[in-house]
Amino acid sequence: MAAIAATPSKLRGTMSFFFQQLLNALQVGSIYALVSIGYTMVYGVLTMINFAHGDVFMVSSYIAFFFSTFLLKIASQFASFLAFPITVFATIILTSFLAIIIERLAYKPLRSAPRVSAVITALSVGILLETLTLALIGPEPRQIPPLILKVGYNFQGASFSFFQILILGVSFLCMLILDFIVYRTKVGMAMRAISFDKTVVPLMGVPIDRIITVTFALGAAVAAVGGVIFGSVYSLDPYMGIRIGWWAFIAAVLGGIGNIRGAMIGGLFLGGIEVFVTAYAASSYRDFIAFAILLLFLIFKPTGILGKPQIKKV
Amino acid sequence: MTTKGITQLSGLRDKFKKRQWALALALVFLFALTFLIPRYGLLNEYVQLIIIYIGINIIMAVSLNMVNGYMGDFSLGHAGFMLIGAYVSSILTVWVFPRNWNPILTSAILFPIAVTAGGLAAALASLIVAFPSFKTRGDYLALVTLAFNMICVSVVQNIEAIGAGRGFMGMKKLTTMPWVFIWALIAIWVIRSFVYSNFGRGTVSIREDETAAELVGVNTRHVKVLTFVISSFFAGIGGALFAHILQFITPNTFQLQKNVDFLVMVYLGGMGSIGGSILGAVTYTVILELLREALTILGTFPIFASIPSLEVWRWVLAPLLLILLMIYRNQGIMGLREFGFLVPFRDRFGARFWLKRRELTNANSSN
Amino acid sequence: MPILQIKGLTHFFGGLRAVFDFNLDLELGELIGIIGPNGAGKTTIFNLITGVYRPTKGNIIFDGVNLVGKESNWIIAHGVVRTFQNIRLFKELSVLDNVRTACYSQIKCSVVDALLHSARFHQEEERILNEAMELLSLFNLERLADEKSKNLPYGLQRRLEIVRALANHPKLLLLDEPAAGMNPSEISGLMELIQWVKEKFNLTIILIEHQMRLVMGICQRIKVLDFGETIAEGSPIEIQQNPRVIEAYLGEEEHGD
Repeated sequence: MAAIAATPSKLRGTMSFFFQQLLNALQVGSIYALVSIGYTMVYGVLTMINFAHGDVFMVSSYIAFFFSTFLLKIASQFASFLAFPITVFATIILTSFLAIIIERLAYKPLRSAPRVSAVITALSVGILLETLTLALIGPEPRQIPPLILKVGYNFQGASFSFFQILILGVSFLCMLILDFIVYRTKVGMAMRAISFDKTVVPLMGVPIDRIITVTFALGAAVAAVGGVIFGSVYSLDPYMGIRIGWWAFIAAVLGGIGNIRGAMIGGLFLGGIEVFVTAYAASSYRDFIAFAILLLFLIFKPTGILGKPQIKKV
Repeated sequence: MTTKGITQLSGLRDKFKKRQWALALALVFLFALTFLIPRYGLLNEYVQLIIIYIGINIIMAVSLNMVNGYMGDFSLGHAGFMLIGAYVSSILTVWVFPRNWNPILTSAILFPIAVTAGGLAAALASLIVAFPSFKTRGDYLALVTLAFNMICVSVVQNIEAIGAGRGFMGMKKLTTMPWVFIWALIAIWVIRSFVYSNFGRGTVSIREDETAAELVGVNTRHVKVLTFVISSFFAGIGGALFAHILQFITPNTFQLQKNVDFLVMVYLGGMGSIGGSILGAVTYTVILELLREALTILGTFPIFASIPSLEVWRWVLAPLLLILLMIYRNQGIMGLREFGFLVPFRDRFGARFWLKRRELTNANSSN
Repeated sequence: MPILQIKGLTHFFGGLRAVFDFNLDLELGELIGIIGPNGAGKTTIFNLITGVYRPTKGNIIFDGVNLVGKESNWIIAHGVVRTFQNIRLFKELSVLDNVRTACYSQIKCSVVDALLHSARFHQEEERILNEAMELLSLFNLERLADEKSKNLPYGLQRRLEIVRALANHPKLLLLDEPAAGMNPSEISGLMELIQWVKEKFNLTIILIEHQMRLVMGICQRIKVLDFGETIAEGSPIEIQQNPRVIEAYLGEEEHGD
């Protein structure tokens, strides 16, 4: 996220400023929420922290960038309003593919290996994605071209655009769809069952490999939506995955790792913290505060806000 | 016991002692070399620099192995301790210590004090991480240590007085081959002593089965704190040495990628093995340098000249190497085995010696 | 004065009642058994005594000291040691090191001594090595001292677990299903071993077991648990004739022999 300069203090006290920040917080928070869902789902199913997820999100942003640029070139006049939904769908599909490939090639062989191996592999896959992007595409920041007419509105002195409303709507729709899938479908039930007891589930006739693949794909798909949104509002660079990824991960821990609704709440909460700290204090403290919160939670309440305490059996 | 029996027994010990003396002699010779090489330019400057980096990496890998290898935990904060050591020692030598002392005195007295201070600062900071480790392990500890690392980095980035994100400089090139040799030797010796003691056995038992360890009488809290403190002490030492050869440090140097470097060294060499960490450090550093050389040479060929920043591909190969390592040989080069000369007599031959002694005593009493 | 006094021990796991109002007065030198269907709370009692869990209610007085709230390694160091249902040896460690690790609490040298490998350190290490090898040789395991414990056959692993427990110089030994997975002749051997160990090391022993021949054969007193509650207590003969016990175990006695 581009560092927001400290605002002159006389502006800070106004209501319009507050509403502006609230809107920003929702925007930033929903991106975190969308990305954090992927972390929490994979952890729930495999008890593994997918350190590469943030970089998958980064790649999805780049995919959206290339796709939208390409689309706008070939369909300049008519149907340019289709560019946005097509970009979103294409990005979702390609990103899910990427996640599935990573899972099959790098994670699956290590399912019975010591946990450490899986963690190192995940970290390495992430770094690999970053440096490949850097090497193949270059470090210059890019931005997804505007795909929707920028119509502006005004509320209590805070200005925002139709596009911002749209993307908020898309995020929430996404979260609702995911919530539905996880809590009200058979696939979702299988996912939740695996998170409780991985060994028993295949014995009940559930194709565990397929469910795990679906989990990765879903998490990536949701993150891809976040990627499109992020790329439209901010600028892309190969290392953005680290920044957003870690924050989203902190959000997942805050909400209780493994708990999907918690991840969404954690994401919004963290977005709020980031925006309000930046607006009312200074942006350089952002990282420090985020990681300090993470550390405090890990020490005092590792199961997060909504998580359940785990009892060890001897 | 018969004279023959005593001779047999002491024969075992003697052979071992002879090997230890040979080893000590070799070390003295190497130490002498570290003075002679720079003095008479026996190797070119670049190679000397690489040797110094190898030495620092050995210290970092062997100390990280205490936590990740022997204790079976997962620390992603080693670079953070390195950062603390680097900054504390640099602040001392640049701002606090007198700058115009005789260079020999500076090198012989002030420098080791600064380096030790860096190590102690890091060791103190490790308590922040040691206490949470009582209740969390594995993935969660990885996060705690990573969060700690990020906090260290972002704290420094916010302190204008020491250069914030722009970095800190002004250090004299106080890190020399003899100093790196001495510190690496100290690190290896201290850590080896720790490993082959009841504390070391306690550490490994935590890796094998923490609950059982606790229920067998091991004071796991005590052991964990010790392991973290000693490990991070040497990480701080490594950082101090690093700062005084590079002569310029920024918080960005000590991020996740630096941790990955050390992880590769530890896992490449083999987890529960000091010799393995040394091997891993040497191998990895050398491979990366060879790679850089190869890429530079490739870059001079017209076909490859058009590809921008060939250097970046070095960072593509490093994680790729790690992934392949994890999938195909995750025990690394040495696995859990150790070089014979690093294992103390009692741990290597203790049981056999005891059995032999009993056999000889019984043979004697039945005569 | 009983060596162990448990009063009103009760433990809940969340909403699940695992142990309810367990009481015990154990005299020095007794060998008693705790039996009951699976899930009756027997292992939980061992866990409570050794500090793995803190009991919801109740007191555990050992040698005059209340063990509730004490750290596990303190409890072990002060003479209460247990073995495990599923063997929990340190797999990658050698047989010798498994035993030496258990001597952790008895080493009388400081960290500095250890880091410098001082004379004091060497003295203590020699002592521990000798003690460990002596102990192993009592059980005929000394020739396997350098072998990784995971390579031992099952029966020897069980034996090693007992040796490791003894390395802590226990006064009270808690054996959790030591006969699991053994055939009848091995069980006879185990019965002799337990009685021999008890005599030689002056132990008081509590035994959890499903193998009835073992329990009835060597225990002086037996307590029967079902769903966390004590449903019967008495000598082996009394227990065998107790209708409540028979009811709780209906049919399970077949598997015992």
